[in-house]
Amino acid sequence: MALVQQSSPHARNARPTSRVMLWVILAAIPGLIAQTLFFGWGNLINVVWCIALALASEAAILKLRGKPISFFLKDNTAAVTGLLLGLSLPQFAPWWVSAIAVISAIVVAKQLYGGLGSNPFNPAMVGYALALISFPVAMTTNWAGAATLWGGAPGLVETLTTIFSGSQTTIDAWTMATPLDEYKHKIATHTAAEVLQHPTFGDLVARGWEWVNLAFLAGGLLLIWLRIITWHIPVAFLAAIVVMSLAFGSNADLYAPLQLHLLAGGTMLGAFFIATDPVSAATSHQGKLIYGAGIGVLVYLIRTWGNYPDAIAFSVLLMNFAVPFIDHYTPPRTYGHHKARRGVPSKSGG
Amino acid sequence: MTQLWDFSGGVHPSENKQQSTSRPIRQAGMPEHLVLPLQQHIGEPAEVMVQVGERVLKGQKIADVTTGMGVPVHASTSGVIEAIELRPVPHPSGMSDWCVVLKPDGEDQWCHLEPISDYHKLDRETVLTLIREAGIAGMGGAGFPTDIKLRPPRDRKVETLILNGAECEPYITADDMTMRKHATEVVNGLKVMAWILRPSRCVVGIEDNKPEAIAAMREAVQGTQIEIAVIPTKYPSGGEKQLVQILTGLEVPSGGIPADIGVMCQNVGTAMAVSRAIFEGKPLISRIVTVTGKAVREPGNFEILVGTPVSYLLESGGLQEDQLNRLVLGGPMMGYTLTTDAIPLVKTSNCIIAATADELPAPPPEQPCIRCSQCAEACPMELLPQQLFWYSKASEFEKAEHLNLFDCIECGACSYVCPSSIPLVQYYRYAKDEIRKQRAEQLKSDHARERFEARQARLEREQQEKELRRKERAKAAAEAQAQKQAEAEQSVAEGEATDERAAKAALVQQALERKKAKAAQAAEPAPAAVEQPDIETLEKQLMQAETKLSTMQGMLDEARAQQADNVEKLERAVAKNHDRVERAREALAEARGQMANNTSDASSE
Repeated sequence: MALVQQSSPHARNARPTSRVMLWVILAAIPGLIAQTLFFGWGNLINVVWCIALALASEAAILKLRGKPISFFLKDNTAAVTGLLLGLSLPQFAPWWVSAIAVISAIVVAKQLYGGLGSNPFNPAMVGYALALISFPVAMTTNWAGAATLWGGAPGLVETLTTIFSGSQTTIDAWTMATPLDEYKHKIATHTAAEVLQHPTFGDLVARGWEWVNLAFLAGGLLLIWLRIITWHIPVAFLAAIVVMSLAFGSNADLYAPLQLHLLAGGTMLGAFFIATDPVSAATSHQGKLIYGAGIGVLVYLIRTWGNYPDAIAFSVLLMNFAVPFIDHYTPPRTYGHHKARRGVPSKSGG
Repeated sequence: MTQLWDFSGGVHPSENKQQSTSRPIRQAGMPEHLVLPLQQHIGEPAEVMVQVGERVLKGQKIADVTTGMGVPVHASTSGVIEAIELRPVPHPSGMSDWCVVLKPDGEDQWCHLEPISDYHKLDRETVLTLIREAGIAGMGGAGFPTDIKLRPPRDRKVETLILNGAECEPYITADDMTMRKHATEVVNGLKVMAWILRPSRCVVGIEDNKPEAIAAMREAVQGTQIEIAVIPTKYPSGGEKQLVQILTGLEVPSGGIPADIGVMCQNVGTAMAVSRAIFEGKPLISRIVTVTGKAVREPGNFEILVGTPVSYLLESGGLQEDQLNRLVLGGPMMGYTLTTDAIPLVKTSNCIIAATADELPAPPPEQPCIRCSQCAEACPMELLPQQLFWYSKASEFEKAEHLNLFDCIECGACSYVCPSSIPLVQYYRYAKDEIRKQRAEQLKSDHARERFEARQARLEREQQEKELRRKERAKAAAEAQAQKQAEAEQSVAEGEATDERAAKAALVQQALERKKAKAAQAAEPAPAAVEQPDIETLEKQLMQAETKLSTMQGMLDEARAQQADNVEKLERAVAKNHDRVERAREALAEARGQMANNTSDASSE
């Protein structure tokens, strides 16, 4: 009788990492559908292209590192990184911009730091920030305007050729500054009412963008309901934006109004899908609140007084830096203890 | 309605309890041999009181703990002691321990029993002694001697007595079935314990997935002040700390016991054993054990005699050996796997799971931790399992301890939910063991250092005393010398005295004194005679010390150049050698001086 020897617990009921990641991908689909409906094929093509590249570069570097390839590819984490980049890059970003973003995300930000679980920075946001700094024109002029403006978006073939051939001429008609960009630059010389005349804002908040953001919000709520993420980071993130906006930017003639902060740009995608990357986020509930709020504050600061119209990537990366610090000072109070043990153990032990 | 509190975290594993509750409790019967380990509880092992070949009666004490904490062991049936030997015992390590092997004679003849109908008439100490003599130790898990537990420290009055009937682990139904079938006995035992402790509140905590047990217990407590608290099913609600929190809202302080906050938990099985010990006079020789798992055809609960081999019980449950893949003693969350079924069931054994390969499958390979925090959400102690894992794996034990590693109760909730299938509890056990080992080693090296320092101090003191004695001797010699010279001068001066009688008297006096001084010198080891040959030895010693010093100096220089970590040690050694050289030099100089004196003495006389 050869009995199995195993350390307890013997029962397990875990959702494997691969399934967790699959749920993240599924939860992002409403947002992707909204993007495709309102802005054409661009995001979908980007998503497919980025996921393919992410998997290929992950496989290549795993091989170089002598790691089991299929074991790690099956965890779906590279696919999620590709997905997040595909969802956040401009619709008509040239293929090589996406490629550089994806490869630097997977190879540099993830694998060179030790692979899954060891990266201090959010890989997708490293790729995005690198592309934004290196190719500012390609990253700011290739945003699609809402399709409803023109009664339809460019076709699949047209979008594909634009992205992969690099010819920008045909697509120029379809591009437009993002609502946040438009508001930020016009408000210096116009009143709020004048700025909002621009077609990019539409009838509600920001044509198309509001639905995309609401779709990502719905997907995010699904993730919370499935207990894949906790509410702490997104709620703190959004609350910080609300507080900052109410405290400093209530004058719409000077600053973008609150609804634009919440429903234009990458706010919801950032709050529920990007900032919640567990590897690079803070650990405890309290830490997550601080981390999320920090991102929200930075997003508002950079959007309002910085050089960039949106700032999810920079804010997330800046708060990634702060995570070890936050973690040291926000452990939960353990059962049976009067208070949490903050800081690091003193050298004298004890 | 009893007010309930929630504890943080927790998981909801599949209960798998109905398999073993569908049949009533069966009698396991008499195995061919009973193996009674001498240590079935926390504390000291019991000492054997019988001899091989001796016939014992059922319930007869066969071993007892004479010094230290512990309870006696009794014969589970009448029969002959066949052996007293090392046998594998229930332990995660699969170790062997001393056991009494009893061959039943089939008569099952009880020894003389003294049931007590009205314990109220006895004093509490007598009842506690009866509980101890019945060999009762906590039957929920660790097996802490019950009589000792029932004697909380004087300043710790137990306000709330909790009977733990939560039985939160999947598969196990021993307490559930005990409450269903023996509710009256359980309540009677509880009453005895309440009488001893005089708490202001007495409450039975039962998870809401045991409606029959709840009903039976409700009926049994009719007319008493005992509360039945139905608590939500959530693992590990039956953990002592968690149950205390659920029922009182208080937390057991870290490193403390429930009595510190005026609470005590007792197990359902323990209460029944207390009842039997008092009202029937029977010691703890049987208990109820769950046999379950897909590899047994007829899972259920059995009343077994303590010492019944696992193999015998599995047979009673209808083991399908070809299906058996994993044998777990205890529950699937905290139990441990057995290497063999040839071990006895003891007072603390509550469940045997004979699992098939698909029932408790081997975990998938471990993946990297992505800090998803599922473990932290599940942890009932509000720890950060992901951080503890990280530090344990990296052997950064200081940091793990800082994050309260030792508050981990090893309930397994974190491993249960881990998406990366990391055996987290195993990492914590490893880290705890390493820290304990390090502490023990630290203690040992501290002792060694203290010993060394004490020895060093003693040697130094002896050296100093020697030096002092030698100096005193030298001083005495010098004084004698001075006196002699003074006498000589005096004699010269006195030689001029006119009074002859006086001169004569002085001469006599001088002679006497000289004689006295000589006698004194003789009493002391004659310095000249002894120390003259010593000079050579001293010279040799000095030379040796000097060479040693120079080698040490060389080593130190080298160590300094290489920045080795023994620099400090070498520095000390060099300093010590330096002192030694100095001392040798001094001794030599002194010896030389003395020799010169002695020679001058010799020539002057």
